[in-house]
Amino acid sequence: MPPFTSVLLRGLLAGLIAGLLAGAFAYLAGEPRVEAAIAIEEQAVHADPAAGDDHHADELVSRDGQRGGLFLATGLFGVAMGGLLSTAYALLRRRLRIRHDAQAALALSGAALLGAVIVPFGKYPANPPAVGDPDTINQRTGGYLAMVILGLVAVWAGVLAYRSMHAGAPQWSRCAVAVAGFLATVVVGYLALPSFHEVPADFPAGLLWDFRLASLGTQLVLWAGIGLAFAALLHRGPERPIGSEPSPEAIVPARS
Amino acid sequence: MSSATPARPLTSPAVSPRMVWAVLAIVAVLLLLAYLVAFDQGAVSRSGMYLHELMHDGRHLLGVPCH
Repeated sequence: MPPFTSVLLRGLLAGLIAGLLAGAFAYLAGEPRVEAAIAIEEQAVHADPAAGDDHHADELVSRDGQRGGLFLATGLFGVAMGGLLSTAYALLRRRLRIRHDAQAALALSGAALLGAVIVPFGKYPANPPAVGDPDTINQRTGGYLAMVILGLVAVWAGVLAYRSMHAGAPQWSRCAVAVAGFLATVVVGYLALPSFHEVPADFPAGLLWDFRLASLGTQLVLWAGIGLAFAALLHRGPERPIGSEPSPEAIVPARS
Repeated sequence: MSSATPARPLTSPAVSPRMVWAVLAIVAVLLLLAYLVAFDQGAVSRSGMYLHELMHDGRHLLGVPCH
């Protein structure tokens, strides 16, 4: 098996495990909030049928089906993200300047969590059903995708800024430059992309907060799970994949 | 252990040039999978809105914009 395939399979499996864990978290922490939000949505539609799209009344998939579909969604999404993370790992492993494989795997998943989840969340936080104007879905989707890409670019900018400093510079100043490079990119994105304020005035603020925390938690479980499972799987199996931890002598050839 | 033990060539590419197309194809498939979960409304999956509605809760809780 080529080394890349071996790394990829580990990433896909890690993604599946993490996706199902994230699904379990979302089921426990998020479903009650989705349920409450849908009740509000139904109320609004029944009070004024012209006010919103009554798409939940179509019953194409029952609510029980959607609750089960949650695991399908997080599972498949986890597989996709695990595969992408392991591909990034295979391509970047030798450029990371991180000695241990497990640390490299965790660093990459942490970078993905920060760039592709937390940064976009600051600009376009998750919304429960009943929040969001269907007419702007295309603009919101485009903005969200742009923010995901920009968040990853911001992390990359931080790393570049860190490396641009002389290696002898004090550690705190290299870190400060990295944070500045990251934040500058994020601020540009936040200012340049359109904002959407579509929460209905009468939507309960507490429910919105709880839902958004549950959503952020779901992504946190997903990426922590991918990073940890992938790091663990890299050290299992009959063959050691690329980037496998070289022995200390391999890094610094012994001078005798 | 003698000093002649070759060090692992840290600069050798992890993905050999002949695998570039395979890697690109895999990335495309994975992005398509993420798209199906997060954004598709039947346009690619030809399932009408069935898959979209089935994964409705997951999309909301993963934080993707949705209706």
